[in-house]
Amino acid sequence: MSDAPLIEVRHVKKYFPVREGILQREVAHVHAVDDVSFVVREGETLGLVGESGCGKSTLARTILRLYEPTAGEILFRGEHIEKLGRRRMRPLRREMQMVFQDPYASLNPRKRVGTIVSDPLRIHGIGDRAERKKQVGALLETVGLSPEHYNRFPHEFSGGQRQRIGLARALALRPKLIIADEPVSALDVSIQSQMLNLLEDLQNEFQLTYIFVAHDLGVVRHVSDRIAVMYLGKLVELSPAEELYSRPIMPYTEALLSAVPIPDPDLAEKRARIVLEGDVPSPINPPSGCRFHPRCRYATEICSQVEPPLVDYGNSHFAACHHPLNVDAAAPATAGAPAQKD
Amino acid sequence: MGAFVLRRTVGMVLVLIAVSFITYLIFIKIPGGDPAARLAGRTATPANIESIRIKLGLNHSFIVQWFDMVKSLLSGTLISYYNGGTNVVGQIEQGLPATFSLCLGAGVIWLFFGILVGTISAAAAGRFSDRAITALALIGISLPVAWLGLVLLYLFADGGLTSAFAYGGYYPITQNPWEWATHLILPWITLAVLFIGFYGRVLRSNILDTINEDFVRTAKAKGLSPRRIMVKHVLRASLIPIVTLFGLDFAAVLGGGAIITETVYSLQGVGFYAYQSIQAQDLPALMGVTLYGAAFIVVFSVIVDVAYAYLDPRIRLA
Amino acid sequence: MSEHLLEVKDLSVSFATEDGTVRAVDDVSFGLERGKVLGIVGESGSGKSVTAMTLMGLTRGVNARFSGEILYKGTDLLKVSDNDLQSYRGQELGMIFQDPMTSLNPVYRIGEQIVEAIQAHEKVGKAEARARTIELLHQVGIPNPESRVDDFPHQFSGGMRQRAMIAMALSCNPAILIADEPTTALDVTIQAQIVELISRLKDEFQSSVIFITHDLGVIAEIADEILVMYAGRVVEQGTKRDIFYEPQMPYTWGLLGSIPRLDRPRADRLHTIKGMPPSLINPPEGCKFRPRCPHAFEKCAEEPALESRVEDPGHLDRCWLTVDYKRSHRDETISPGTEAA
Repeated sequence: MSDAPLIEVRHVKKYFPVREGILQREVAHVHAVDDVSFVVREGETLGLVGESGCGKSTLARTILRLYEPTAGEILFRGEHIEKLGRRRMRPLRREMQMVFQDPYASLNPRKRVGTIVSDPLRIHGIGDRAERKKQVGALLETVGLSPEHYNRFPHEFSGGQRQRIGLARALALRPKLIIADEPVSALDVSIQSQMLNLLEDLQNEFQLTYIFVAHDLGVVRHVSDRIAVMYLGKLVELSPAEELYSRPIMPYTEALLSAVPIPDPDLAEKRARIVLEGDVPSPINPPSGCRFHPRCRYATEICSQVEPPLVDYGNSHFAACHHPLNVDAAAPATAGAPAQKD
Repeated sequence: MGAFVLRRTVGMVLVLIAVSFITYLIFIKIPGGDPAARLAGRTATPANIESIRIKLGLNHSFIVQWFDMVKSLLSGTLISYYNGGTNVVGQIEQGLPATFSLCLGAGVIWLFFGILVGTISAAAAGRFSDRAITALALIGISLPVAWLGLVLLYLFADGGLTSAFAYGGYYPITQNPWEWATHLILPWITLAVLFIGFYGRVLRSNILDTINEDFVRTAKAKGLSPRRIMVKHVLRASLIPIVTLFGLDFAAVLGGGAIITETVYSLQGVGFYAYQSIQAQDLPALMGVTLYGAAFIVVFSVIVDVAYAYLDPRIRLA
Repeated sequence: MSEHLLEVKDLSVSFATEDGTVRAVDDVSFGLERGKVLGIVGESGSGKSVTAMTLMGLTRGVNARFSGEILYKGTDLLKVSDNDLQSYRGQELGMIFQDPMTSLNPVYRIGEQIVEAIQAHEKVGKAEARARTIELLHQVGIPNPESRVDDFPHQFSGGMRQRAMIAMALSCNPAILIADEPTTALDVTIQAQIVELISRLKDEFQSSVIFITHDLGVIAEIADEILVMYAGRVVEQGTKRDIFYEPQMPYTWGLLGSIPRLDRPRADRLHTIKGMPPSLINPPEGCKFRPRCPHAFEKCAEEPALESRVEDPGHLDRCWLTVDYKRSHRDETISPGTEAA
């Protein structure tokens, strides 16, 4: 793992307009991603965690420019990519690929598996037909399938196998970065662990960098080096993986961890469960100040008025909270977005 | 809601303007000879033709002609080139009772039977009765309307095999309701057959899809009776697309689209007038008929959208 | 032994398809006592959902074949006619499903759908049914029930829709609530709310619960008894403590070991169960788990019967391995850091 940042995200925002009226004027915005900054180093895995509506999937897609950012900067290997035109983006797209959540929806049912996996090669003009076929065969083997599957259709495979096909497709161009958007959520537990082990093996074999988007905290902890927690479009905590679980600073993280069920009846009974009240508020009209304050047990007046900045609590553990947990009063706290720290 | 209707009305007007313009453009591009020359007759001199031209206003620029035509159409003074200069709007008005009678009756019939056929074949899905109905529906869709019309006339009309019904022609309802109906039964059937087959198929497919929806499973799990599930849950959801279809199909035939049926049965409706105008290449008449039809479609598409919003609350409140 | 409210005996369900006969549920037996929660755990294709839906008669169709008995308060539900079954559904057995968005009819208001459920079984007027509906929505924790009762499903969030579904299922006070993966489609914080809600309501309404899920964590919280299903069969059955602390089936060990757990240090590599679940049309001979089991030996060619091989007569399994062997080998799989042999 080198120190060089592969991806740098600076104050990225993505708003979706809400239109009403005769002239379809913009009356409001969905603040899907609201000023998020972080860095991903080469070779590491950043876990991106949060619940529905937190913006993690939108952020993932915005990094790849599948959505255009409303504001902010995205740097790939130090180069600004947020405003690049299509032609300049093209060679960069080979380096950043995505694996999607729904194995049943992300593969074109009318195309054969071989075509699906070789399409990226064909689009970028790599090799001739025979060479591509050979590469596809090798890719299929790498993900645990057989080159004979070249001529089959997606519906002939199970969910886990389809996910492997998606992975093979993402690997075809030998990218540096793979963004995996909930790649195992739709899979059974026993297949899930196969997939996670495969992702780890591939990371070692191909020196990949991952941004792993998920809502399952157990899975995220297993795969990530660092974890970013999002809530309603904001980055609320960013920490090395283990520390997030042993020392959550933001109350939302605490509640999230507490909500994860543990497959151990005695422990489940003994532990103090924090069950959050209510639902996640709308990203069109997010709460003022700290967005979590309406549901937070520790909230005070300042929380509804002032948005807490992202502060470094040591060991590269950042959190945005006026009443941080698990922190000594004397601990050094330096304000500043994580991107600048590097 | 108000903003929605206003927006659609503005759109409507723009569409109609565009339609009139395009119709005009198409007409003047079609080779068909100079209308002035045709009107003047064989033995006309160039001077005659020129004077007719001036009379018809054909010497003005293209845009001015179009504008004049639209203006006079809207004020009800548009005159045909031929037929001795009859008033286009007047002609259309004369055709309305026949067209309306034909379309309203046929519409009721095809909607009712289409739903019936669709529901029955869905309920009997896979079994023989379903296959039989499907075959009939496909035959119905494939029958050329003109052919069907003539066959029915041959079989059932005066002078044919059984003289059960009148041989075409329109009988105003105000004079004799019974005659009015018997004159229209065959045209109603002719026009409806095509649509019954089509609607039956669409509804059957919608119902079979809906039956597998999760909310139908929930309805069963609640312990509701099969009848209630079918009517309140399945049909309600399956009929929504039919409403859209019906709105537009009905608008199309009401707007003078049932040309073949009207012609075969000598119902002097708007469709028949359209047929005549095409034959005669009578631009003013064509303009009138086209705009009349377009107006119906545009208005009905607004009605359909409003109805859809009423039927599906997700659209309404989105 | 307390009386069993529901007694399922040798239930088998198969479906005739183009590719052959799918044996979705194979010889399943279990009992449900009053006031208890039975958890059914399994992955896709295990037969857990089909079992649940069969209890309600929702799998009946031209291609379905059933055998065995489902004895509810002494009556065999398999033999009850479709017509008569209507009075059981909703009134004796209530069911909630996985996806609350698609499980509610989008064109009718939430209140209307609950009132419909009530009026299907009880002779009450609209006003009274509506009042009961509002009270139910309040009981399941929906804020402002008086105004939200007239909302449409898409105006509710996922968690609230599931609460509304629970309210609807409990509206006629059924003795059994069947919950088919009720939390799978929900966020983890909402999931915790729903699990807590079901726990509370089962006492308030004095219902027994059958809770189906693939999430062992959730099962550990809510279930009293657990059924582990694989390839249409029950492969292990016992109390919560039996299953989590003394599991007897290598499949159960595999499930427990595959989960990345928050209460333990991070494993270097996750345990996996190699291979894939078997075909239900052509299941393997002998023990159904044998092709994927790292501990399989010669005897496994013969399918083990579901019986108790440990001291506790209530703890049943289908595995030929000796209890001692199991005790010494299972931790390799379940505990972190080591892969199964």
